[in-house]
Amino acid sequence: MFYRENGQFKTSYRADQQILPIRQDRLLMAGLLVVAYLVVPWVASDYLLRAIILPFLILSLAAIGLNLLVGYCGQISLGHAAFMAVGAYAAYNLAVRVPGMNFLLVLLLAGVCAALVGALFGIPSLRIKGLYLAVATLAAQFFIDWMFARVKWFTNYASSGSVSTATVELFGWKIETPAEKYLFLLSVVSVLALAAKNLVRSHIGRSWMATRDMDVAAEVIGIRPVYAKLTAFAVSAFYVGVAGALWGFMHLGAWEPAAFGINVSLNLLFMIIIGGMGSILGSFFGAFFITVLPILLAQVPAMLGFNLSVETGSHLELMIFGALIVFFLIVEPHGLARLWAIGKEKLRLWPFPH
Amino acid sequence: MKLTGKLKLLAAAAVAAGVLASVVPQGPAYAQSKAVAKEQYFPVLVYRTGAYAPNGVPFANGYVDYLKLVNARGGINGVKLVFDECETGYATDRGVECYERMKGRNGGATVFQPLSTGITFALTDKAPGDKIPLITAGYGRADTQDGMVFKWNFPLTGTYWVAADILIQHLGKKEGGLDRLKGKKIALVYHDSPYGKEPIPLLEERSKMHGFELLQIPVTAPGVEQKSAWLQVRQARPDYVLLWGWGVMNSAALKEAQATGYPRDKMYGVWWAGAEPDVKDVGEGAKGYNALALQHGAEPNSKVAKDILRDVHGKGQGTGPKEEVGQVLYMRGLTAAMFAVEGVRRAQERYGKGKVMSAEQARWGYENLALDQKKLDGLGFAGVLRPISTSCADHMGSAWARIHTWDGAKWNFTSDWLQADDQIIKPMVKASAAKYAGEKKIAPRTVADCQA
Repeated sequence: MFYRENGQFKTSYRADQQILPIRQDRLLMAGLLVVAYLVVPWVASDYLLRAIILPFLILSLAAIGLNLLVGYCGQISLGHAAFMAVGAYAAYNLAVRVPGMNFLLVLLLAGVCAALVGALFGIPSLRIKGLYLAVATLAAQFFIDWMFARVKWFTNYASSGSVSTATVELFGWKIETPAEKYLFLLSVVSVLALAAKNLVRSHIGRSWMATRDMDVAAEVIGIRPVYAKLTAFAVSAFYVGVAGALWGFMHLGAWEPAAFGINVSLNLLFMIIIGGMGSILGSFFGAFFITVLPILLAQVPAMLGFNLSVETGSHLELMIFGALIVFFLIVEPHGLARLWAIGKEKLRLWPFPH
Repeated sequence: MKLTGKLKLLAAAAVAAGVLASVVPQGPAYAQSKAVAKEQYFPVLVYRTGAYAPNGVPFANGYVDYLKLVNARGGINGVKLVFDECETGYATDRGVECYERMKGRNGGATVFQPLSTGITFALTDKAPGDKIPLITAGYGRADTQDGMVFKWNFPLTGTYWVAADILIQHLGKKEGGLDRLKGKKIALVYHDSPYGKEPIPLLEERSKMHGFELLQIPVTAPGVEQKSAWLQVRQARPDYVLLWGWGVMNSAALKEAQATGYPRDKMYGVWWAGAEPDVKDVGEGAKGYNALALQHGAEPNSKVAKDILRDVHGKGQGTGPKEEVGQVLYMRGLTAAMFAVEGVRRAQERYGKGKVMSAEQARWGYENLALDQKKLDGLGFAGVLRPISTSCADHMGSAWARIHTWDGAKWNFTSDWLQADDQIIKPMVKASAAKYAGEKKIAPRTVADCQA
């Protein structure tokens, strides 16, 4: 009834090709942004911001990055936490060695470093495909883990290999309180998510998708696989590298190489599988599912008044979380983003299904 | 109409998610009860699940049992204690989430004790902003001993630099003088994490001083697989092996040593590698294995352990099994809780007896701890601990430890009390803390701030 596009005529190509072609969607998105910018910082408690929303936003960005590579270009990677680590350590080194550098520039350069490393480790993808490539990307994970744990220069000769960051300052604005961090992150994530959305709609994104669907055919129609695959690796690693730098500076504050271990790589992969491969929106859903849900589940028994011991609670959390993963994958193997799309289709007909 | 079925599921899932989401914003409700708090709140970060649970559980039980004992004894000058647990699974991100969740509860957390070097590093960053002290008794960053830079950290009774220093001193004594260590080979088999790497600077310093060769052999966490590490040990044949492990890594190392034929009596563990869960499975195979004791060892005969059995377990309030009372890690948790409580008691002497102390007031208590032998004896810690007194410049309070040895059935003390050498550690702490202050752009505290 409310979600209909009757009477909304597209009179130009521009109007036809916009990201959100339906007016209701545009209103929803605008409303969401207004709430996110104007309401959330005032309403949300410190706990909600620091423990739930900040990690959710950063990991959404990382999931977008991985989705560009896996979902759009079809190259599986098990080494993306390593590119997060590259971003984080690059940002740390820039901040420590070049005092007074603008943090946005730090973020950008951290992303570029990660992109270079990502492209380097993307080279095997030109020869190896599918699961074999996934195994090859593990090399990135282990090599980079090893490098940051052993090469002391990267950690500025910290005695135990753990680094810590100073408060971030941007044009004289000290980003200290959770609300300030939230606003900064929200801006970075919104801009980068919009860029990603546009990138996948451009000719670059189309060349990635063609490579994903069938690389031989893509080559035949004139797409250079070297270029498509390496740009996908580089752009993906750029996003993940920026997310890594934000994870270090905005969320952790102090970290060790173990913070970017193989389990983070796997978590990122689960995020896009559950959220929806080849969908920017799905990256957000997936990040929500993997990061926020376990924390909520851990608190449900206490909220409902059950007095469980912590170990029972923690076991229960794992069991329910596992069951939910299986449930969602059975109901919709294409991820939560697909469920969202189906829901929207249904809503168009509602309440008259004929 | 298969899709409608799916849609119903979707709707159900959405409702469930909505319920979950509405649950979360109740977080701040805890904070609002601040004004009416009549009890001192101690959040307890535990890990009762995961790879490190065998060691985490007795520590947590000891911690909670002591808080129960204080309540049974009438609280801190009449102020009752409240506490609740949060499961971290030894994971840094979950630990930080627990901290955020608990810090505002019940009128505000008094002090946090993460029992994880990773979580300690992360919280060291957050505690000054929230004005909540951290006690890291026997773990955490070694340089946090410097209270002039680390205002909110309290590595009471020892850091890993103290541990490494005492171990080298002990080895020197065994050889008949520290100069006899010249030309010897000492291997450090360590958990490849900040925890395991923490002693390396001190060992390097000592190796330069005495001319022994230091082999660094990392073991990837959690440390179940150590074949390659022990192959290195077998090839290098070090005179001594220092074991810096935690959890399953310790028993795995002992089994590997047994398989490689490395003599266990040449192996020395840090105080987190010297408890019952580490050697129990190996049993006879671990006979002769030595470990540092962070002042206390297994103390089933101490007065405080007997008090717990009588006043807590005797009333059916015990947290864990009875047999565990007095074991090494149980005692570790118990003493950690004692420090937390005694700091508050000390703060009450200044800010008003019988009042609930804020975290900031408690911090003053931890900085001015004066636990002399008489007080410790009164608390039931006679023979368990030595006097501890902290100050602005020294947040550690004491640098003594002993060595105990596993005889196949129990831990026995096999050395005198040893004190770490301040002349080596002090300059290193100063330098490291100054570097941290530089990186974080924090100004060291002034003398006036110390007296406040």
